[in-house]
Amino acid sequence: MKINLKINGQSRQFLIEPNEYLLDVLRKNDYLSVRRGCDNTSCGVCTVLIDNKPVPSCSVLAARCENKEITTVEGVEKEVEKLARYFGELGADQCGYCNPSMALTVYALKLENKNASIEEVKEYLVGNLCRCTGYIAQHEAIMKYLGDES
Amino acid sequence: MKVVNNLTHSIDGMGIMKGRKAFTDDFAEKDTLIVKVMRSPYAYAKILEINDSEARKLEGIEMVLTHKDFKRIPFTRAGQGYPEPSPHDKFVLDEYVRYIGDEVLAVVGRSDEICDKALSLIKVEYEVLEPVLDFETAKDNPIVIHPENEIHEMFDIGFQPKRNIAASYAMEIGDVKKSLSECEYVIKETFYTQAQAHVMLEPHTVNARMDYQNRLCIYSATQTPFHVRRIISQGLEIPLSKIRVIKPRVGGGFGGKQAIHGEMLVAYVTYKTNKPTKMIYSRKEVFESSYSRHPMRIEMTLGADKDGRLKAINCEGLSDTGAYGEHALTVFMVTGSKVLPLYNKVDSVRFAGDIVYTNHTPAGAFRGYGAIQGNFALESAVDILCKKMKMDPILFRQINMMKEKETSPIFAIMGEGTAGTAMIMETCKLEECIEKGMALIGWKDKYPRIESKDKIRSVGMAIAMQGSGIPYIDMGSATIKLNDDGFYNLMVGATEIGQGSDTVLTQIAAEELMTTVDKVVIYSSDTDLTPFDVGAYASSTTYISGNAVWKAAKELKEKMIVEAARILKTKVENIDFDGKTFMNRASNEKITLVDLSNQITYSHEQKQLQVTSSYVGHKSPPPFMAGFVEIEIDKATYEIDILHYVSVVDCGTTINPMLAKGQVDGAIVQGLGMAHFEEVIYGANGKLISSDMLNYKIPTRLDIKKLTTVFVDSYEETGPFGAKSVGEIGIDTPPAALANAVANALDVRITTLPVTSEKIFKEIRRINDEK
Amino acid sequence: MEVKELVRAIDIKAAYTLLNESKGSKVMAGGAWMKLSVKSVDKLILLDDLDLDYIKEENEFLEIGAMTSLRTIEMHPAIKSLSSGILTKAIKSIMGVQVRNVATIGGSVMGRFAFSDILGALLVLDCQLCFHGLHEISVFDFLQMPKVPSDILLSIKIKKSSEKGYFHKVSKTHLDFSLLNIAITKNELFKIAIGSRPQTATLAINTANFLNSQSEINEDTVKKAVEIACDEIKVSTNLRASKEYREVLLKTYLTRGLLEVIK
Ligand SMILES: Cc1cc2nc3c(=O)[nH]c(=O)nc-3n(C[C@H](O)[C@H](O)[C@H](O)COP(=O)(O)OP(=O)(O)OC[C@H]3O[C@@H](n4cnc5c(N)ncnc54)[C@H](O)[C@@H]3O)c2cc1C
Ligand code: FES
Ligand code: FES
Repeated sequence: MKINLKINGQSRQFLIEPNEYLLDVLRKNDYLSVRRGCDNTSCGVCTVLIDNKPVPSCSVLAARCENKEITTVEGVEKEVEKLARYFGELGADQCGYCNPSMALTVYALKLENKNASIEEVKEYLVGNLCRCTGYIAQHEAIMKYLGDES
Repeated sequence: MKVVNNLTHSIDGMGIMKGRKAFTDDFAEKDTLIVKVMRSPYAYAKILEINDSEARKLEGIEMVLTHKDFKRIPFTRAGQGYPEPSPHDKFVLDEYVRYIGDEVLAVVGRSDEICDKALSLIKVEYEVLEPVLDFETAKDNPIVIHPENEIHEMFDIGFQPKRNIAASYAMEIGDVKKSLSECEYVIKETFYTQAQAHVMLEPHTVNARMDYQNRLCIYSATQTPFHVRRIISQGLEIPLSKIRVIKPRVGGGFGGKQAIHGEMLVAYVTYKTNKPTKMIYSRKEVFESSYSRHPMRIEMTLGADKDGRLKAINCEGLSDTGAYGEHALTVFMVTGSKVLPLYNKVDSVRFAGDIVYTNHTPAGAFRGYGAIQGNFALESAVDILCKKMKMDPILFRQINMMKEKETSPIFAIMGEGTAGTAMIMETCKLEECIEKGMALIGWKDKYPRIESKDKIRSVGMAIAMQGSGIPYIDMGSATIKLNDDGFYNLMVGATEIGQGSDTVLTQIAAEELMTTVDKVVIYSSDTDLTPFDVGAYASSTTYISGNAVWKAAKELKEKMIVEAARILKTKVENIDFDGKTFMNRASNEKITLVDLSNQITYSHEQKQLQVTSSYVGHKSPPPFMAGFVEIEIDKATYEIDILHYVSVVDCGTTINPMLAKGQVDGAIVQGLGMAHFEEVIYGANGKLISSDMLNYKIPTRLDIKKLTTVFVDSYEETGPFGAKSVGEIGIDTPPAALANAVANALDVRITTLPVTSEKIFKEIRRINDEK
Repeated sequence: MEVKELVRAIDIKAAYTLLNESKGSKVMAGGAWMKLSVKSVDKLILLDDLDLDYIKEENEFLEIGAMTSLRTIEMHPAIKSLSSGILTKAIKSIMGVQVRNVATIGGSVMGRFAFSDILGALLVLDCQLCFHGLHEISVFDFLQMPKVPSDILLSIKIKKSSEKGYFHKVSKTHLDFSLLNIAITKNELFKIAIGSRPQTATLAINTANFLNSQSEINEDTVKKAVEIACDEIKVSTNLRASKEYREVLLKTYLTRGLLEVIK
């Protein structure tokens, strides 16, 4: 079947199987920043934004995304750059496998609640697991990013 | 120092967060064959017959591979120095399956769906055998897990497959029995540790293609690209010269990628068919069919005199390597060699035990291997002994632990798989680590506990040591070349797996060449293009590979100065170099690096300046640390809230303080996972039940309230710019520190990991029932 | 998940008819749980076009469309003020925002999950399920049905209440299922539900009756009530906790919860 998606502002049409998940369709079509971690809705690594809300793309059928706006990190590069600088400054990046999904979730949080407290940041991001960093430096970097008005 | 020990952003974080192509699967070919493996439903069985005729007929199925397709060449998947101290007990595919999840056969097809379909059409007939699931009954069990004849050890590691022993080890210094008999206080306790899973977020991934020179080119998410190349060459009899292994960005390893996983099958298929092939482990396969940490039983006996001086340690271990013996011996030896020297003033010390086969998921390398198990036992036992002696556990440690300029006879006796190397602790700041840690956690006010209505707050601590590479075995090397326009390429075999080694090695080169990190372009881990390195393990990269880089940078600098002297027509001794300009001190004549590099590239006496250097460690200077935890326990339910973890670390110079802190923070949380959260559950038939992330719970960002990680000043003369290692040390202390904090709160001692609320509840109930 | 055919239902009636046409048909809401639990479906019916994603405030009731995401519900101010916000608390305790943006209240009810944190909260709120075929039925009656009805859930109606409530979930990490959860409301009457026992949430009816028959509730009556509950509510062992440990959790948190709502 065919579906129409708007990915990072661009209208795209894909031929898909009815049982294909969004993650697979995106990776097949070279949106390689979206990655698979657990494949069962438990890790957050496959996060993309649908209509600016973070969702686990491994568990959303592509067929249900007809005419939806999908955002990957490539679609919000300016914001990601800003966040990445704070990650660098605070030593919050390690393997980075979790980072694009983290950046998207942080961006969505910023849209929803720019003045989030550190506790709200942790709650909002609890579905984004990271096995490398121990999280603390990430939180410091995210707070700096949220406070950056530039 | 300008670059080293200063704030430097990781050199790759920006591109990675932007989602640039980086990880192994990002480089898979578009039209690629897929390999999928049928996994054994039985813990132990012999394959009698495989009916795959229906599957082979499927459109899109390229091949079905069974044990009959492979020559019987036993190998070990462990990525270690050669000859490996692990038994060669594995075949690509075998007629026996030895755990639930073991490889039965593989299908190769054009899509995931076709492969799944093919798997569903294949019928396998098994002779189901009775498994050995309890590692405490494995030794000399009538059921033999490896009956085959071809398997062997590479040198004496105590391999006795007919007794289900993968390896064994024993050593004794002094006479432990005698020392113990003279002690005023003796305690003996048995500890158990679980098969922790790595849960790196990128699953095992590999892909291959034949390149235009008709060579096999493999991209693999591995920690040991050079070992992968060797193992594939030996296991499949493909000439080493025909294989190229490239390691792209790796999404976390923690030791889990220190052995080969899908590489053998993917290499075989591509080499045979000339077609690109890939394999990605499902999360279930990562849990069930790769490997975990070695579960162990450790019996610890400690004896002290009436003044609280530790006199004797007897440590007897039993380690469960599961179905295959990857890293069986080396992990076990570390349980002694990187733990027991902490208390170096004993009269006698004994360490011995077997590493046995069972029909469980294999065990293998995992950050802090052996050390975390041993540390849990030893540092718990120390607190138990202190309780018996009514002695302050901090004071006990201060009296008995290793100090600077001291040594332990264990270093000379025990290495990893071989004899060790004697060494003096030129740097050991444990005393300072303890003092600082006590202040940061507020020990004096909080020890042992503070009670309120529903809760108890308490603190606990442990000390630890690790190593920095394996002396006389681990080798790292680096090539540096000067380019026109005065920038450098740095080529290293060292393996960046997220720990930041590309950044750290770049910093070392930049510091020595007196330039900035942007002028040093690193390329790592490509067996065709970078010089040899053993890979990312044994906390070796900063110390071993870092030394190689440092050496190469120094040598290149000398060569550049020779060229400058020639151009400025003076003697080498007269040249000053500040990173940008060479000056003849005698005449004040100058030439810039840019001009020099352009000249030797394009105009006069052209040549390429390039240096390759290698480094082999002659010792393995241990980093040390003290870990302190503060917890709050619910008095009714014994739920534990981890409020604060303080780590004070002596790792020599921190080349990159932020990345070093990140290594410790991450390791602490992983260690707390092992200490409290990560339960491994097996079914009665030997099936791993905690085999997905719904049932195997790693700590989330809400589960640990606060971490404080600080470094003490320390300079290791033999390390690059004074550095020791920092990758593993952080994981060692949390289990014992947590168990000690629980004991300080409730007077109960939990001796099996993880320390869960339910275990505390049961132990308290047992004690009350006895009363 | 294998899907033979996928249909976007155009209206509720069509969805109902398609669902009941053959045994192999299934409706999908957020699909988050189906991804983990369903191997194959002959006909997968999507409910996305049925306008079931809404929260309506009436005088006495709140009505939540079955396709409303858990995240939308937890963010809604009127739901935050229902009985000390117990439904919001229950929802917030489930996974991360990603899952809650996808998972729906309809799927959470119709799944009748043993581990559910939501069902307990719904049991103690005054709450009706509105189906296409069955019409209205209480959550309690729905959970008593031997089989999940082959019907389309349209919405949930919750009676507004600003009285006290309590919700507590015990889990090992913040992304884990409950070892046990407890929901309590006290309007004119007490209602108590215990979930993830590990069996599905159930009302502690005798316990509530006892409390409701008392003229005054104090620490002693709470103690007695907890004893009744421990007798009345069966808990058992699974991977996450043993029967004995669950008994401790039940006793502890029921006591704490009751003391909190009578404060
Ligand atoms: C990883 C993970 C962890 C979770 N952890 C928790 C937890 O800790 N606590 C908790 O309470 N919940 C938990 N949940 C469950 C979650 O809250 C949802 O309840 C669940 O995902 C179902 O919602 P859904 O919209 O995804 O339903 P679906 O998966 O789409 O559907 C579930 C079932 O309901 C049926 N159905 C759905 N909508 C209707 C309708 N309108 N009419 C008729 N039938 C319908 C479907 O046919 C299906 O059988 C978890 C879910 C996941 C994926
Ligand atoms: S891959 Fe989707 S949540 Fe883990
Ligand atoms: S940085 Fe590796 S998983 Fe987060």
